[in-house]
Amino acid sequence: MFKAKVSVTLRPSILDPKGKAAHHALENLGLTNIERVRIGKFIEIDVQATNEEEARSIVELACSKLLANEVMEDFHIMFEF
Amino acid sequence: MAKVGVIVFPGSNCDHDAYHALKYVMNVDVKFLWHKETDVSGLDIIIIPGGFSYGDYLRSGAIARFSPIMQELIEFVKKGGPVMGICNGFQILLEAGLIPGAMRHNEKLKFICKDVHIRVESTQSIYTSSLQKDQLLKIPISHGEGNYYIDNDGIKELQDNDQVLFRYVNAHGDATPEANINGSVDHIAGITNKQKNVLGMMPHPERAMEQLLGKEDGKQIFESILQALAIS
Repeated sequence: MFKAKVSVTLRPSILDPKGKAAHHALENLGLTNIERVRIGKFIEIDVQATNEEEARSIVELACSKLLANEVMEDFHIMFEF
Repeated sequence: MAKVGVIVFPGSNCDHDAYHALKYVMNVDVKFLWHKETDVSGLDIIIIPGGFSYGDYLRSGAIARFSPIMQELIEFVKKGGPVMGICNGFQILLEAGLIPGAMRHNEKLKFICKDVHIRVESTQSIYTSSLQKDQLLKIPISHGEGNYYIDNDGIKELQDNDQVLFRYVNAHGDATPEANINGSVDHIAGITNKQKNVLGMMPHPERAMEQLLGKEDGKQIFESILQALAIS
């Protein structure tokens, strides 16, 4: 079994109001060195496959069909061993 | 008599408003379609109502789009059948790819429930054919994710094909920055697909049907549809 960790984030060109609000709160906390905050989703997926390549293509399909909306989001897949 | 279908997903909550508006205000024949049904035959128009289908998990509309009825709906649309998605219905149509674009959280993050003014931008659709261009309608919105997004090429295509039906404006009909209540690209409140048989709109015309309840501008949209389909 392969364990995938997927992050889904808004494309850089898309305004992220949640990230902006969190950034503002962090500044109020005194963390003024923080330049940018973007908030996305983190998804763990366990997948049965014979090799990593196969597992990756299954997770990619899951991301492009449902987990991410590619009109405005990017996804990044990492495997844990 | 006109036959209207109103799809019900787990989490739909404006289904009864739409049913009431059509049955008791417009006096047409309406039936609910549970999302697991696969028969949409004999219907003149299908409405996807507002609400929070599947609790808005993942993204609004993202999961509803995989319900069994959606396959039938897509076939219905391909044959030219009219489909009107209101609020969550609009979000579902976007996720299903029946209308281009996507919905972001409102620019100021708040869920907004209030009456807004929208301007009729095109009368080249059954939804607006009996309205006047630049006519103002006062209709409530009620959403947290209604901040419409499409890229520059996409917005140009929408404009070139006259697919924008409604824009958010102020009470004087001007598209000022303040009037763009949720931050949508180009003030977009409602658009159609290229073929113009599918409408997605964030405002709720079914909540503005009777003067007794304070407002009735939404009725004009349903009158336009029924007149265009010549089924009332």
